Amino acid sequence: MMTKGAVPIWFFIGALLLVYGVLILGAGIYGLSHPPAVALAHLHAGIWWGVLLIVIGAVYCSVFFPGKGKNGASRP
Amino acid sequence: MNAILPHAAATGPSRLLSLTTIDLVIIVIYFVIVLAIGFYLKKYATTGDDFFMAGRQMTAWIAGLSFISANLSSLETMGWSAMAYQYGMLGAHAYLIGAIPAILFLAVVMMPFYYICRTHSVPGYLQLRYGEGARSVAGISFSFLTVMVSGASMFAMAKILNLLLGWDIHLSIWVSSLTVAIYVTLGGLLSAVFNEVLQFFLIWLGSLLIPILGLIHAGGWHKMMAAVQANAKIIHPTVQNADFTSLWRNLGSFDSNPMGIDWFGMVFGLGLAVSFGYWCTDFLQVQRVIIAKNLRSAQNGTIIGAALKMCVPIIVTIPGLLGLAVLKGVNGLPLILVPESDPRARITHHTFNDVMPLLMGQYLGPGLLGLGVTAMIAGFMSGMAGNVSAFATVWTHDVYKPLLNRKASDRHYLSMGRWSSLVGVVVSIGAAYALLWFSNILEFLQVLVFFFIVPLFGTVILGMLWKRASPAGGFWGFLTAILVSMGMWGYVHTFPEGYRPQPKAALGPGTVVTIEKRTAGNVESLARIVVESGSVDLVNVPISLDQGRTAVTAGTFTVGSADVVLPAATQEKAGPIPVQVLAPEVVLSATGQTDKFGVEGVPVLLKPGVQIQSQTISKHFAPAAFNPDHTKNIARSPKAKPMAVNMYSGWWSLVVCVFVTVLVSLFTKPKPEAELKNLVYGLTPLPDEGPCPWYQRPIVWASVVCLALVAVNVVFW
Repeated sequence: MMTKGAVPIWFFIGALLLVYGVLILGAGIYGLSHPPAVALAHLHAGIWWGVLLIVIGAVYCSVFFPGKGKNGASRP
Repeated sequence: MNAILPHAAATGPSRLLSLTTIDLVIIVIYFVIVLAIGFYLKKYATTGDDFFMAGRQMTAWIAGLSFISANLSSLETMGWSAMAYQYGMLGAHAYLIGAIPAILFLAVVMMPFYYICRTHSVPGYLQLRYGEGARSVAGISFSFLTVMVSGASMFAMAKILNLLLGWDIHLSIWVSSLTVAIYVTLGGLLSAVFNEVLQFFLIWLGSLLIPILGLIHAGGWHKMMAAVQANAKIIHPTVQNADFTSLWRNLGSFDSNPMGIDWFGMVFGLGLAVSFGYWCTDFLQVQRVIIAKNLRSAQNGTIIGAALKMCVPIIVTIPGLLGLAVLKGVNGLPLILVPESDPRARITHHTFNDVMPLLMGQYLGPGLLGLGVTAMIAGFMSGMAGNVSAFATVWTHDVYKPLLNRKASDRHYLSMGRWSSLVGVVVSIGAAYALLWFSNILEFLQVLVFFFIVPLFGTVILGMLWKRASPAGGFWGFLTAILVSMGMWGYVHTFPEGYRPQPKAALGPGTVVTIEKRTAGNVESLARIVVESGSVDLVNVPISLDQGRTAVTAGTFTVGSADVVLPAATQEKAGPIPVQVLAPEVVLSATGQTDKFGVEGVPVLLKPGVQIQSQTISKHFAPAAFNPDHTKNIARSPKAKPMAVNMYSGWWSLVVCVFVTVLVSLFTKPKPEAELKNLVYGLTPLPDEGPCPWYQRPIVWASVVCLALVAVNVVFW
């Protein structure tokens, strides 16, 4: 039952947030030239929210990378 | 009376949001990840303990996040946003007095008993404490409850997918449930917990932008609350004097708040009976923390859940309030949403449950909208999966194993767990359709909670704290309280003199109308609707075809040479009731264009040649309506509204359970003390888990959360 080298939950979360962050940041940058038809579009929420997701995702991926330290040797 | 301009009301059932390619990519990635997790974890669910209890190896953080995520389902994000739109700040009580004391009680007082006796489930504890009778009643009723609540999640998810993407609602139920069925059946509780932790992050990161952007848009907290109170008088005209902005100071009487409840019902109904029942004995919740690796982790995980629960109003209650403050119709007036039970719902008006999607459409651009929709889908998934995994455990261990097949191998029970997960999904699909009977998703849950969970709490807590409680007392107290709960539910929905639904006039497709308007100040409203040709279906609207000499209420007619006038309101026992006029697809005579609208309290003139189909409906039992003559006997006031009736019903259910359990126990033989070891207070030595620093002690963090709860209630008093 013990799962040496299994992927921790936190790595899955980090990877997903990282991918989402990149996609949302890209959409936000595109929105600079093609503003979306939503309220408060001038705040460019997509850009800073995308950056936030990338930062969170990168931190989780880095800390909980499979096989790294004791986290990698734990159950998923 | 509430007359709405055609265009203000013309917000019908068409697709709410338009998703771009990037949004769809984000949603598809989520589904792929969820299914991949299910397949990945299948190899780790090889024994019954793995499948049903996730190997009992979870850390406090994973247990705590899973504990709160399993509860943070669509019923939370959509349902309680709808509640905040309907009831204002009172909606936040579900996360304060309606949750935190009970969760802390679970962590500090009850968790040691659950953990030390190593039960698979709450009904399993009942078997150890009271015997097979109580376990069987709890197991069967809990199995029923979980599939019903799972059905509620499916229904909500199908509706949102229908609303956002235009998917067929029935197809959506099957597609969404199939996804859940795959990953829960493969990975069991481990897969459910794994996904719940993932979903926790998605729900927060996908929902948090709405309150942030909404508060910026509203001009800050104080301006939002001022707009809430001002707009509520227009949006909820039946509660003109209600205070929508307070947690406690509006609970002095039943008619000073929009929920129609008083402080006693809030404290003892919600805060004690319903809340303690749900959080302390709902196995879906308890299962998430009894799988922790040790008792301290189980307790700390529960307390982490309490702290996170107190934060949920940020992404649920505030959006509901923003719905009152910032959502506008095309004419600049506040957008009026209606309950699901309102005949105008989905025809000419959006419903309370749409408040969150409407805000998403208002604030979230490409990418962010995909994340927001994914957050909602994640919420639905966690709600469904949590219930299905709990169902599989309780069915296998508390119904199938003791009643049908006692001596099978672990491998057989593992197989039964997988199959029961699938069956649970299929049964809950049927339950999804039952929701159409109720005006709000959360009220559906409340009904189920006071049927089963509140009596269960009464039985469990007496068993834990009172060693004299006997097996017969536990069984009869539990069963009697369930029956009394069902009896109360039937009683408040019974109408000996007949219940007449609100009078309604529905204009048929293609009907030609002339709309006469009037102007008061700068507000324009309808003065009269003239039906030039076409058809009208009438329900409970008396008409006269002979200029007032006789009134007819049923039949098929054609208007003759003289015009027929439909009244703006009809006289009922409770007073004048406005007639609703629904026009989902009519032609405006002035322009020849097709339009739709929904109004009430506006007179209608039928011209010669108009076809009339009239009927009178009167029911003695109406699940969607409450009889005030009966509710006053349950909730102390004829002014009590549905939520108040549910809270009071929960309170009486608990009182009956405790009373019957104590009474029967005093006259029957209790279990010998030797059999109560590790099950009852005073006979359960707590294990010494070794020294730990102060910041790992459950009692320290329980005290901190408790103080924070008091502070929040004082600040928003």
